[in-house]
Amino acid sequence: MTFTLLTAVLLVLTMLSYRLGRQRVLASGSSVKDMHSLPSYYGAYVALWCGIPAFLMVFLWQVLEPQFLRSITLSGLGDTARALSETQLNLLLNDIRSLASGGILSREPDAAMTEAAERYSTWRNISTALWAVVAIAAAIGGLSYGRRLVNPTFRARPAVERVIKIVLIVASTIAILTTVGIVVSLLFEALRFFGKVPITEFLFGLQWSPQTALRADQVGSSGAFGAIPVFAGTFLITIIAMTVAVPIGLMSAIYMSEYASRRFRAIVKPILEILAGIPTVVYGFFAALTIAPFFRGLGESVGLGVASESALAAGVVMGIMIIPFVSSLSDDVINAVPQAMRDGSFALGATHSETIRQVIIPAALPGIVGSILLAVSRAIGETMIVVMAAGLAANLTANPLQAVTTVTVQIVTLLTGDQEFDSAKTLAAFALGLVLFVVTLGLNVIALRVVRKYREKYD
Amino acid sequence: MANLAETQTTEGVPVANDDIPQAIRIAAERVSVFYGEKQALFDVDLDIASHSVTSLIGPSGCGKSTFLRCLNRMNDTIEGCRVAGNIKLDGVEILSDALDVVQLRARVGMVFQKPNPFPKSIADNITYAPRIHGLATTKADFDAIVERSLRRAGLWDEVKDRLDEPGTGLSGGQQQRLCIARAIAVQPEVILMDEPCSALDPIATARIEELIDELRQEYTIVIVTHSMQQAARVSQKTAFFHLGILVEEGETEQIFTAPRDERTQDYITGRFG
Repeated sequence: MTFTLLTAVLLVLTMLSYRLGRQRVLASGSSVKDMHSLPSYYGAYVALWCGIPAFLMVFLWQVLEPQFLRSITLSGLGDTARALSETQLNLLLNDIRSLASGGILSREPDAAMTEAAERYSTWRNISTALWAVVAIAAAIGGLSYGRRLVNPTFRARPAVERVIKIVLIVASTIAILTTVGIVVSLLFEALRFFGKVPITEFLFGLQWSPQTALRADQVGSSGAFGAIPVFAGTFLITIIAMTVAVPIGLMSAIYMSEYASRRFRAIVKPILEILAGIPTVVYGFFAALTIAPFFRGLGESVGLGVASESALAAGVVMGIMIIPFVSSLSDDVINAVPQAMRDGSFALGATHSETIRQVIIPAALPGIVGSILLAVSRAIGETMIVVMAAGLAANLTANPLQAVTTVTVQIVTLLTGDQEFDSAKTLAAFALGLVLFVVTLGLNVIALRVVRKYREKYD
Repeated sequence: MANLAETQTTEGVPVANDDIPQAIRIAAERVSVFYGEKQALFDVDLDIASHSVTSLIGPSGCGKSTFLRCLNRMNDTIEGCRVAGNIKLDGVEILSDALDVVQLRARVGMVFQKPNPFPKSIADNITYAPRIHGLATTKADFDAIVERSLRRAGLWDEVKDRLDEPGTGLSGGQQQRLCIARAIAVQPEVILMDEPCSALDPIATARIEELIDELRQEYTIVIVTHSMQQAARVSQKTAFFHLGILVEEGETEQIFTAPRDERTQDYITGRFG
C-alpha cells in the first residue's frame, strides 16, 4: 500500500469518525440544549481520537523505516561492508536501492549485492504493509475508544479546544525552531571555516582575496581571508545610503504628517510606499545602467576619476530604496505624538517650525531612531543592488568614488555556481553570513527596544 | 514687572461680584465660525472685562469652546475652519490677516482640558515660551522666570527640588498647574481656560479654582466649564451659549439667580444639557 493511499484511507476514516461521534450523541435521546457541548464538538472529539494516533504512526514509520531497512540490508553484507568507510557505505547502499527498484548503478552488481537488493525489497514490502495495518488499526482503535467516551454529559468542547491550543503552539514553535535551525547551521559551517582560518585573521585581517588555486603551482594559491575590507565596504555603502535616506525620508515624513493636507497625504503616502515594493533587482538595473554612468560622467566633467562601479552609485540607489522605510515609520511616530502637544505649543505662540523642532521631534525621537536603525539593518543586508552596482574588488578605502565590495556581494560570489563545500573559500561565506546576521540582529533588537520604550510613553 | 506690581496695587484689591465698572479687554462683535459648510457659532457679541473671570457655560456642542479658541486664533490650526466678525483686544482687531498670531498668542495664553505638559523637564516646560519669544538670555533670568511662574501657579514648593525631572511624571493636578505656570511664564494679558478641571479630582479642582481666583488680580481670565457650581464659584461674569448662539450674558450672580431667558433658566436648573 503506498503512502498516498494510506493517507487517503486514514482521512476517510477520520471523516467517518466525525459523523459517528456526532450521530452517537444525537442518538442518545437528549436534546442539543441538554448536552454539555454542541454535537459538532463530539464529532470533532472522536475524529481527533481517530486521526491523531493514526497519523502519528504514519509519521513514526516515515522516520524509522530508512533506519530499519538499512540495518536489515547491511546485516546480510557481512564483513565486507563493515570494512567500508561511511561515504563508501552510503554509495553501496544507494546502489542496492537502485538495483531493487531497477535504476542505474555506479558499478556492476555482484552476487552479494543482488542478494542484498532482494532482501531490501522484500523487507520494504513487509514493513510497508505492516505499518499500514498498524496505522489503520490505530485509527479504528482510537475511533472506537473515542466513540465509547461520547455521551451527552461528556465535556467534549474543552478537550477539543485544548487540542486546538496545542496545534497553535506547535505552529508558532515551528517558526522559532526554523530560526534556531538557520542560526545553528550557519554557526557550524562558520566553525568549520574557523578551523581552517583563525578567527583573529578573519576578523582583523586587511586582505580579502578568497580565490584559492586549483593547482599548487598557480599564483595566489593561499587565499587571504581578512574580512575588514569587506565590512568596511558594507559600512561605506550603508553610510552613503543613510546619508541619502535619513534627511529625505525624515523631511518628507515631517511634511506629510505636519504640513500636508489630509487629501494630499492620502495620495502621496501610498505612492512613496510603492518605492518599497519595487524589486531590488530593478533598483540594481537603475544603479548599474543609469546612476553609475551618470556619476562617472559627472566626475569626468569636473576632472575626478570615478570608478564605473562606485560605492557612491550603489549607496545612493540603496538610499532611495530605503527612503520609504524611514519616511513611513517616522510619519507614524510623528503622527502618534498627541495633538495636545501641538496645541500646547501653538497656544504659547510658537510657530509651526518651532513646534516641530522643539516639541514634536524630541517627543518622537526614540521612534525615529528606531526607524533609522531598522533601515540601517535593511541596508546592511541588502544584496541585489550591490551585486549589480558595487563590484567585487575588496578595496579598503573610504573614498566613495572607488569600487568597493560588500559582505552580501562576497557571499553571493562565493556560493553561486558549483562549489566544493569543504574549502575555506566556500566556508568563508558562512562566516561572513554569521557576522552579518549578528550585526543585523543586534541592530534589530536595539531598534525594537527603542520603539517599544517609546510606545509605552503615550499609550 | 514694575508694570505688573503697579497693577497689583491699584487693582489688586479682591473684586467682589458687585457693579464696579471694569475696563473692557476683549470686545467680540458678530463672531461666526464655520467648520467647512457647518456653522458652529452665530453672530456672537460679547465683551470681556479686564481683571475678572468670565465663564462660558452651556451644553456640549454649544460653541463655547469654539468661541474661546477664536480669542487666540487657535481655530487657525483646524483645517477648514473659518471665522467671521470682529474681535478687538485692547482695541486692536485680532481677526485680521495683518495680525501676527505668534504675538497674539504670547499675549493671550491658553490652558487646555487635558493637562498637556511637554515631554521635557519641569524647568524646560516653563522656559519653552520665554525662549521662543526671546524674553530672557541668561540662565539666571530663566531661573527667575521658572521660580516666579511656578510660585504664581502654586507649584513651586512641590517641585523646587526636582525641576530637572520630566513634567509628565507629575500628578494630573500638578500637571495642570504646570500648564498654567507655563502659560503665565510669558506674562500674557489674558488666559483662556478650556475646561481646565474636567480631568482632575475634586481636591485638585479646588486647588485650581483657588489659583484662578488669585490670578484674576493680574490677568483677564476666560474659562469654559461644564460645572455650573464652578462657574458660580470662580467667575464674576457668565455667558450662556446654546446651539451656537449666545443666549444670555451678565453678572454671574444675576445669571444664576435671576436669568432673563427661559433657556438659561432651564439649563441652570438642570432641565436640559
